[in-house]
Amino acid sequence: MTERIRNILKEHGRLSKDAATLPEDADLYQAGMTSHASVNVMLAIEGTFNIEFPDSMLKRSVFESIAAIRAAVEQLTAGG
Amino acid sequence: MNDPLDRVQRIAARVAAPHAADVDAKARFPREALDALREERLLATFVPRDLGGLGCGIADLAAMCTALSQQCASTGMVFAMHQIQVACLVRHGLTSPFFRQYLQDLARDQGLIASVTSEVGVGGDTRTSVCAVERAGGRFTLNKDATTISYGQHADALLVTARRDPEAPGGDQVLVLLRKTDYTIAQTTSWDTLGMRGTCSPGFKMLSSGAEEQIVPGSFADSSSQTMVPFSHILWSGVWLGIAADAVARASAFVSAQARQKPGQLPPTALRLAELSAKLQSMRANVHDVTAECDTLLKSPEGNEALLTMGFALKMNNLKISCSELVAEIVHKALLICGIMGYKNDSDFSLGRQLRDAHSAALMIGNDRIYAKNASMLMVFKNR
Repeated sequence: MTERIRNILKEHGRLSKDAATLPEDADLYQAGMTSHASVNVMLAIEGTFNIEFPDSMLKRSVFESIAAIRAAVEQLTAGG
Repeated sequence: MNDPLDRVQRIAARVAAPHAADVDAKARFPREALDALREERLLATFVPRDLGGLGCGIADLAAMCTALSQQCASTGMVFAMHQIQVACLVRHGLTSPFFRQYLQDLARDQGLIASVTSEVGVGGDTRTSVCAVERAGGRFTLNKDATTISYGQHADALLVTARRDPEAPGGDQVLVLLRKTDYTIAQTTSWDTLGMRGTCSPGFKMLSSGAEEQIVPGSFADSSSQTMVPFSHILWSGVWLGIAADAVARASAFVSAQARQKPGQLPPTALRLAELSAKLQSMRANVHDVTAECDTLLKSPEGNEALLTMGFALKMNNLKISCSELVAEIVHKALLICGIMGYKNDSDFSLGRQLRDAHSAALMIGNDRIYAKNASMLMVFKNR
């Protein structure tokens, strides 16, 4: 799962650092992800993992690191 | 008459109103009204009582912005912008001894804080900075080429956005407080505008240095979503509501005067006034509804978390877009009612200043920029 998240970040995150080697807890916004780019990351994650983020999860902190994104995806796939 | 809102209303009527035309004509700072607000200790309205302030909430502030702007929108906007800066410090600085002390000083000295978010190269995108804080040995230097600093020449302090450090990306920002002794500003552009002339908002090149403790704790990403954006959009909307209410009051007085001339006959303008009354009511309801919701959220930890959600950002942006469009529409329709008497600059029904002031609303952070942000968010937001 982490690899797929990294690939999504590589394609849509517009990071100034390499998504493949970025530490899992590194702050993606500090790595250059803009709020517009984060929306594209959200869309790609919903499409890739076939999930829908409820509106309450649509906030900065849920998408702030690779680890945070993985936790959110796990939470949604476990419940389904 | 000790209620802060009563005091603001009194200042609006007795001080802001008589100088409003001169402030507008000369594009000068509304110093009489600001001096009066200072004397009544109303520049520390949002500072908590234990730090010497009045401890008012966001709903009180919005009502004060409306009251001032019914008489002089430039005064209302200066007041609004100052309170937005104070709110950022109160809500994000209180863990720091430096900012606690600063806010106590502000409550005592009634200093005026200006905002420096705009910058050459990023325009009005407050969430991107070019300039960066450069730290060394507990000190920092920060230089910024700002496209606009409202009342920059008249402020006692500046609250500035900048990248966290020279290596940080444009969106990784902090807020930095600069006191008068920490900075110099050199004016780069003029301020001869259609409206909001008394806000005196030309561009400036700013040079500064200070101690690291002057950097507001945390990240501007959070303080922007949790404080600067909601306070800006709510207090600005409060200002615009004041302009709209002023215009409707003038139109109403005009229709009444017409009606008095021929009792028993409905003046042709009366229907238009009825239409305007409905529009003003929906604008007022929108401002009050969003303000009340925000007021509740600001008071709890869960609420503050909710301020960070996309749903809340959309609601704030919608308030800004809707009120900024409505104020221009309402003043325009009031002008149609008052006719040539509204068009004249020297009549009791004159609406020139209100019309020109109202047209600034859609430009303060351009509505298209906000629509684009909402369009982006709505791709993932589910509205449920």
